[in-house]
Amino acid sequence: MTYIAKPKFHHPGLKKNELGYTHRDYEGKISTLCAGCGHDSITASIIEACYELSIEPHRVAKISGIGCSSKTPDYFLGNSHGFNSVHGRMPSVLTGANLANRDLIYLGVSGDGDSASIGFGQFAHSIRRGVNMTYIVENNGVYGLTKGQFSATADRGSKSKKGVTNTDNAIDLVAIALQLGATFVARSFSGDKAQLVPLIAAAIRHKGASFIDVISPCIAFNNHAGSTKSFDYVREHNDAVNRLDVLVGRDPIAVDYAPGTVQLVEQHDGSKIALRKIDADYDPHDRLGAQTFLQKHAAKGQIVTGLLYVDPDAEDLHEHLNTVETPLNTLEADTLCPGSAVLDKINASLR
Amino acid sequence: MKPTDIAAPDYFHKVVDCQWACPAHTPVPEYIRLIAQGRYSDAYMINWKSNVFPGILGRTCDRPCEPACRRGRVEENPVAICRLKRVAADFKDDIKQRLPRPSPRNGKRIALVGGGPASLTVARDLAPLGYHCTVFDADPEAGGMMRTQIPKFRLPNSVIDEETGYILNLGVEFKGGHRIDSMTSLLAEKYDAIFVGSGAPRGRELDIPGRKEAAANIHIGIEWLASVSFGHTDKIGKRVIVLGGGNTAMDCCRTARRLGGENVKVVVRSGFEEMKASPWEKEDAIHEDIPILNYMVPVAFKHVAGKLIGVTFEKVKAEYDAKGRRNLVPSGEPDETIACDDVLVAVGQENAFPWIEKDCGIEFDKWHMPKVDPKTFVSTNPKVFFGGDAAFGPKNIIWAVAHGHDAALSIHKMLSGEDISERPLPEVQISSQKMGIHEWSYDNDISNDKRFKVPHRDKVVALKDIRAEVELGYDVKLALGEAERCLNCDVQTVFSTSLCIECDACADICPMDCITFTDNGEESDLRQRLKAPSPHQDQDLYVSSDLKTGRVMVKDEDVCLHCGLCAERCPTGAWDMQKYFIEMTYAGSSCPTKSRSAA
Repeated sequence: MTYIAKPKFHHPGLKKNELGYTHRDYEGKISTLCAGCGHDSITASIIEACYELSIEPHRVAKISGIGCSSKTPDYFLGNSHGFNSVHGRMPSVLTGANLANRDLIYLGVSGDGDSASIGFGQFAHSIRRGVNMTYIVENNGVYGLTKGQFSATADRGSKSKKGVTNTDNAIDLVAIALQLGATFVARSFSGDKAQLVPLIAAAIRHKGASFIDVISPCIAFNNHAGSTKSFDYVREHNDAVNRLDVLVGRDPIAVDYAPGTVQLVEQHDGSKIALRKIDADYDPHDRLGAQTFLQKHAAKGQIVTGLLYVDPDAEDLHEHLNTVETPLNTLEADTLCPGSAVLDKINASLR
Repeated sequence: MKPTDIAAPDYFHKVVDCQWACPAHTPVPEYIRLIAQGRYSDAYMINWKSNVFPGILGRTCDRPCEPACRRGRVEENPVAICRLKRVAADFKDDIKQRLPRPSPRNGKRIALVGGGPASLTVARDLAPLGYHCTVFDADPEAGGMMRTQIPKFRLPNSVIDEETGYILNLGVEFKGGHRIDSMTSLLAEKYDAIFVGSGAPRGRELDIPGRKEAAANIHIGIEWLASVSFGHTDKIGKRVIVLGGGNTAMDCCRTARRLGGENVKVVVRSGFEEMKASPWEKEDAIHEDIPILNYMVPVAFKHVAGKLIGVTFEKVKAEYDAKGRRNLVPSGEPDETIACDDVLVAVGQENAFPWIEKDCGIEFDKWHMPKVDPKTFVSTNPKVFFGGDAAFGPKNIIWAVAHGHDAALSIHKMLSGEDISERPLPEVQISSQKMGIHEWSYDNDISNDKRFKVPHRDKVVALKDIRAEVELGYDVKLALGEAERCLNCDVQTVFSTSLCIECDACADICPMDCITFTDNGEESDLRQRLKAPSPHQDQDLYVSSDLKTGRVMVKDEDVCLHCGLCAERCPTGAWDMQKYFIEMTYAGSSCPTKSRSAA
């Protein structure tokens, strides 16, 4: 908790994006989370990504459920649309909003409790359907709001703050997302913005279901020896397969990597992802390979991070359902409700 | 870069920009906080100890602190530090009981030449230690140029009387109306030390055609101001030209407006922007309907039958050579003659020491200035010290005070048998301001208010009475608002490398993007890799030793608001807000000379 408002003053030399905004213009209210919470770093990364993409804040809908993570949409994009929904129901609310207005950018923010426990089914179906969204799980492995019980993503064998060992198997949300057909799957770490910010930016530019699992240490209940989601553990076991830059707009970004190590991925909207490979054998277009790679490394206790899978030509739910391109709120009443004659016609066609 | 040594007293002192810029190093944020708390007497005493003349300086200081103020790099205007000092003086209670008592005499006698700020500061520091100080001044009352050259509508006599009185009542002997006209005979009186604080008493001449013929209506600025101050002069012609662009010129023109000058103009050689006068003094002059004409060089005084009728000016323009130096060259426009009844010449001041004989052991340089050590203020005669304008030429009151403190320290050390070249370090106190998890013992909420204007007396009324003070000073409410603008730069961000877990919370919350975690490098390289640009190279980078990941924490001190959010959001207490109280060492304070650990 911090009681004063964050001062309005900003550095006089802050750069502005194409819209004339500084990154400070993408902030929300001051965080009420515990000091040092990994979630606040993810908030800062979302702010940075939206600033770099020059996103108009009013074109973003941020939707969340319940939990520490789900409080965070209050702390970024103060001028965007927001909906803090029921526990675990973020994916459904987001799906509905997306169907009604496909013109907005959908940012689903959830936690391990919200997505891997109470909302596990909701999570699964929104991914399965290919809703065009960026689904971010702020994953700390504990229920922070109720004083640190293991969550469903806590690794088997990891220890609680009081020294109790977790005997349940962990749900690996990345593995599930891959299996359910997400077309953009990544994992990152709240303590590594250099990796996380471009991942969020690329996910926002991706058309289809983008899923990012962000390991986010809980300072209060899960940052001790024996935890597998602490700063120290994640830093020691982080196995990044790649780093990336997102290339958008007119200015080409000079990529300063050695030639041959950079793979360019062009997304649906023309933006490019420059992938700097760290693991030379890793292919982010191979879903099956990604799943195997993930399992193998998990068995060794390694945490695989980076862009794990991307299908640049993915389709989304609207294409599957052949819905109207215009957002429903801009359609006239006679279009939305064409009258009983049309209904009769449809009914007749079904007899 | 090497890890920053925060134990060196200068490091955090530099972060308190105002205090660092002040020649006397007054602890500015400390007294501003006291003003905000309504503790005006306490605020006054901090000032009194450091700059000796809070009421006088709160009206007249040249304010080197304000251009340095961090607030001026964050928004448009710095904190009105100077006028807050006046608030402390205006609203204080009777502080006589808090002043030092005259001590039993130690048998040593000090002669002080000139009764201005430099000499009085020396007396203030030495009298309480038991020295018998005798101040000589040609004028009947103490104050020197503060009394004679600064117009009463800026600095009333009551303020001068009060603050010179505090010093003279310490058992200082004041010999008014007593001009020292021979150093040899003064030395013959066997004083243990002599301090020369006689100022820069001579106004510079303007020797152009017509000067002699029209002399009756051409006046040297500082002499004319002194004459007005003593009541010898009480009128001037309706059309007045003031030549010169310094603060004396501003005092001259505004005084002329009050003595019957209806059409008063200031004419300067340089451009308006380069004028030496402080911006606020120019503003005040313009507010009193005094135009300032620039790029005009006086070439002749016009006169008819011994009577001045005007001044002829050559028009010039500024040209810059390859090295960026400015030259004023004729613009080619025809000369212009401005008609006038009187001219006030305020083109500078000079030192004059006709009373110091060549054979009394005091050497002079080729500019006829005494050879004075810039740290100890001793001349080539080990018993004779110089300070204020007399030492290094015309500056201003706050410099004279700073010189006075240093000279007093030298005199005390000399007469205690110590080496005067060994200068004691300032006294530094540091203490955490943490009161609770998110509570600090200072107000860390940043005020968004713009600088508050000081109320002025109505112009019509002010111009009628030469003794009516123009500035009325802040009232309590305005003072509180202005005090809240201070960023508390003395409450330092102190970083403990061993506690940091590199969670980024501080870097994320910092409203000014001051904090970066990155790989170490040379300073020039590091400055390129910070989260926000680093335009002010003179502002230090605070660099930690290596963190667990091999990176370092780098904080650009430049625009830190000292809001403490880094410390509030730090889960491990690696950041702490600690108040640094830096006080210069004065004569007689216990003088630790070895560097001490600050943190």
